[in-house]
Amino acid sequence: MNDSIRACWLSFGQFAATFGGFQMFSLRLLPYLPKAILRPRLITEQIYSIGVLSLVLTMFGGFFVGTMLALQSYSTLVEFGQIDSLGAFASEALVRELGPVVAALLFAGRAGSAVASEVGLMRATNQLAAMELMAVDPIQRVVVPRFIAGVLSVPLLAAIFCTLGVLGAYLIGVHQLGVDAGAFWSHIQDRVDLYDDVGSGLFKSFVFGVSASLMGVYEGYYAAPTAAGVSRAATRTVVITSVWILLFDFVLTGITVPGV
Amino acid sequence: MSNETRAIDVGVGLFILLGLGSVVFLTSQTLGPGELSNGESYILQARFDHIGDLKVRAPVALAGVTIGRVSQITVDPVEYRAVVELRIDSNFDQLPIDTDATIATVGILGGKYIELGPGGDEEVLRDQDEIEFTQSAILLENLIGKFMLNRNATSSE
Repeated sequence: MNDSIRACWLSFGQFAATFGGFQMFSLRLLPYLPKAILRPRLITEQIYSIGVLSLVLTMFGGFFVGTMLALQSYSTLVEFGQIDSLGAFASEALVRELGPVVAALLFAGRAGSAVASEVGLMRATNQLAAMELMAVDPIQRVVVPRFIAGVLSVPLLAAIFCTLGVLGAYLIGVHQLGVDAGAFWSHIQDRVDLYDDVGSGLFKSFVFGVSASLMGVYEGYYAAPTAAGVSRAATRTVVITSVWILLFDFVLTGITVPGV
Repeated sequence: MSNETRAIDVGVGLFILLGLGSVVFLTSQTLGPGELSNGESYILQARFDHIGDLKVRAPVALAGVTIGRVSQITVDPVEYRAVVELRIDSNFDQLPIDTDATIATVGILGGKYIELGPGGDEEVLRDQDEIEFTQSAILLENLIGKFMLNRNATSSE
């Protein structure tokens, strides 16, 4: 009995230490951010490996989520004679919820884990220590460019995801299910609001971008310097980022949905 | 500048352009191909007492087949009537001058569209002509209101 309470207390203490360490790490990054602009090439290289290489996956995902939404909502809407609002339904769902969330989850799986294992391997092979010996700050050189690249990439990826989704819904809705093309677009214009829908979606994906990229660099930077430690860092990044994204999504939806 | 860094720059540039383009697309949502934009078309006008929730780009149908779109909706400040501009495909330029326009509904709760009923006159409508015979949108809530009033009146007799 005593032992299990002790074990609980210890694991809670460990959780608190990790959580606190994460907060401290985030604060530590802040003063580095303005200086990072002096080395833009480091950031563009990371945007390439984080954002550009996630592009195909994101576009693929967005397109098929859009087609799926059109097919799925058609069967319900047709019963009420409301298939004209299929476009509005699909694009509202995409812009508000599915775009930011699914794009961020794909990003965590595709890029977050890669960042964590890359930085973790640098830790395991003492590259970070070598930089410190040469008076190069590994946070400035390695961590911050990856963080900034992630924060910039995720909203762009989410916007591309939404656009491909709307086009996918258009393709299925108009060309296969026979929704009127004019009604499709006019209902979208009528229902999708610039600030409430597009704005809140972009805001959400910005928040998800910050949390996903922070988690990747944190887990990598503090990975145990072993093969198992690096793989653990990659796994933890995906798991914790996913939980954070879904949790944050609930909170942000509660804040941004009008009339709740 | 080596080839590799150049490729990275091009990739990043295209990615950011694509992302910003998507944001523009989402904020405008208007880049849908207008069905009649490339074909020839002509304009008709119609005045209605009430248009319900008719929207710009709503279909204009003849015998249930879409032959045009609502291109503009304004209000006549003198007559207090809605002026609806219809853009009709030029293939259908044989509409008689006594054609009537009705605002109809898709299903019970669906969107509004304009249904044209061709008349029998020899003369045909030309560009910028006005359709004289119009019937306003039937507002379901008004009908229900009238029905309730009538029922109250008959039951109190």
